[in-house]
Amino acid sequence: MIRRRHLLAATTGLLAAPAVLRAQTVEKLTFYYPVAVGGPLAQIIDGYCKAYHEETGVTVEAVYAGDYSQALIKATTALKAGAGPQFAVLLAAEMHSLQDQDILVSLDEIGLDAEAKRWLDGFYPAFLANSHAEGKTWSVPFQRSTAIFYYDKAAFTEAGLDPAKFPTTWAELVAAAGKLTRRDASGKVTRWGIKMAADLGNAQWTFGALANQVDHRLMNEAGTQVFFDDPKAIEAMTFWRGLAADHHVTPDGISAWSQLSPDFLEGNTAIIQHTTGNLTNVRDKARFPFGVAGLAGKTAPRSVVGGGNLYFFRNASPAERQAALRFARWVSAPERAADWSIRTGYIATSPAAYETPALQAYVAKFPEANVARTFLPVATGELSTYENQRVYKALTDNIQACLNGGKTPKQAMQEAQAESDRILRRYQKA
Amino acid sequence: MRASLAAWALVLPSLLLLVAFTHWPAVETLWHSLHATPRGNRPAPFVGLDNYRALLDDPVFFRALWNNTIYAAVTIPASVVLALVMALAVNRAMPGRALLRMAYFLPTMLPMIAVANIWLFFYTPDYGLFDQVLSLFGFGRHNWLGDAATALPAMIAVAVWKEAGFFMIFYLAALQTMPPDLHEAASLDGTPRIMFFRRVTLPLLMPTTLFVLVNAVVNAFRMIDHVVVMTRGGPDNATTLLLYYIYETGFRFWDTATAATLTVVLLAILAALAVLQFGVFGRRVHYR
Repeated sequence: MIRRRHLLAATTGLLAAPAVLRAQTVEKLTFYYPVAVGGPLAQIIDGYCKAYHEETGVTVEAVYAGDYSQALIKATTALKAGAGPQFAVLLAAEMHSLQDQDILVSLDEIGLDAEAKRWLDGFYPAFLANSHAEGKTWSVPFQRSTAIFYYDKAAFTEAGLDPAKFPTTWAELVAAAGKLTRRDASGKVTRWGIKMAADLGNAQWTFGALANQVDHRLMNEAGTQVFFDDPKAIEAMTFWRGLAADHHVTPDGISAWSQLSPDFLEGNTAIIQHTTGNLTNVRDKARFPFGVAGLAGKTAPRSVVGGGNLYFFRNASPAERQAALRFARWVSAPERAADWSIRTGYIATSPAAYETPALQAYVAKFPEANVARTFLPVATGELSTYENQRVYKALTDNIQACLNGGKTPKQAMQEAQAESDRILRRYQKA
Repeated sequence: MRASLAAWALVLPSLLLLVAFTHWPAVETLWHSLHATPRGNRPAPFVGLDNYRALLDDPVFFRALWNNTIYAAVTIPASVVLALVMALAVNRAMPGRALLRMAYFLPTMLPMIAVANIWLFFYTPDYGLFDQVLSLFGFGRHNWLGDAATALPAMIAVAVWKEAGFFMIFYLAALQTMPPDLHEAASLDGTPRIMFFRRVTLPLLMPTTLFVLVNAVVNAFRMIDHVVVMTRGGPDNATTLLLYYIYETGFRFWDTATAATLTVVLLAILAALAVLQFGVFGRRVHYR
């Protein structure tokens, strides 16, 4: 009975509110966000929305939309149908594609005063790398990360390795992974040395890091050209395939992103390449001492940045865009960024966040939380082109074919290049 | 005249729904498939059969078509035969019959997404259910979903598991309506059980079989939820089915023209199969 009365009251309230009034004062915003790692991220976001509502009276509804690629599909589908959220957290690397589809509104168009410009200047430049195009800013860094290694210190000790000293070069990494791979009497592997994700949506990130490890960039700044068939890219692919084919320290075929954390936590794998965003999850669940390290490179450590930015959509009314931007500024303020980093493991997006007492105390207590940040200077931008998802698929299909032994690294990279050239031809002319 | 008017009035509501949600979208899809994908605010130019020609150069399309053929060729007979066997098994008095029937039907009641997540655990290499059981017998690890050779069979197993229980219900219902005097008469004549099954039970089940087959064929092209959850078409398109490829082209790449073209191809395949089933197979079915 009570429920029905509530419903009635709510409906009449909605009908009674004049449409004009609603259009002018924004009381409610909706945004989509993805969760790419384990842990209670949804509750943390809901907590922020609640706090924002208490502070400002504006209701922000956070809609959990799956992982990055699902969130992207849901947001674009809704927007093309004329509905959808006012803003969303989507992969930072999607900027070119989203802009090409004409659904984004730039921060400059929403309106940036001097104070807002100072706020934008406060972010780490590496995290703004995927935000600039045509002289405008299109997104705000939010849940940002780099790829890092998680490693099982107990396994290191057991294999006769120094858990305090993680490999920094490929040769050292392969040697360590070889010692960490454990086989039983029948030759069956009971623990793998290392695992990296090669499923659709993640293979290109793993590969972006590997390419950077031989100092190779996979695309041009404008996102209209890729460099997959370069000898260096082939070298990176050869190294990846070699981990299974030559060194037998990782399983044949592909390993899925969602399986890496359970594999690591179960003791099935001694080293995984994953996002910093997973740090708190691993810290809470690991039953053994674990360490965090920057990715090894061919000669020195190299990594890749990743994660999601806040995008604002053209569909929203001017008042809603401004309200969304206000929320973005609130949620990326140093104290919030520090809190987000502590509770998830994502890298706080501004140096100011690392000045906050909360984060300083946390880093002092849990030094692993600071590792990823120290590798930011050697991290490259994520693969980001026009028709991003298509290029990702062209690259991923060929990586998977190579990891399955169906194509040689050279063949795979050449075919990925040919397919991507075909996809991007239209943008190269312009 | 009046009678036919009344008939039309009676048919009208469902006809309207059919036209609005089935026929009109099909015609519109055909229309879109003859145009290029619209860019930005520019209207889509008419390109004739260009999209279809482009499809002939698309290796992923042929891969999806081939995968789907294998998928259908295995799941349809396997799930129908399994359903019949299960129905015969539980169509008699025995202790725990209700429980057994429910156990067979359970996969049907679970949503496909949940099913896929359960099977994801079954297929986990090293410590998943299958590898744990197999290791008891001395077998090594299997990267079921990560290996191009086993990924599609793994998808097929999930589909058969999911479908057989559903079809069993139809067979069970048909078996229950079968008059018991047939069986009595046959046993008086001393007819062997195999002969009775072949000459009496099976022919009487033909209408049900046709219905089940139509459903199985449609499902073989329609059920892709587990692909989305478990493999996303990988590795290297080993599990890309036609409908999944349409979804990817349409909603991940926003290449709506190619997606429309693929949809027309899928429609044509399904229409051809329906004609085949009702035309050829349907004539051999005897309804009482």
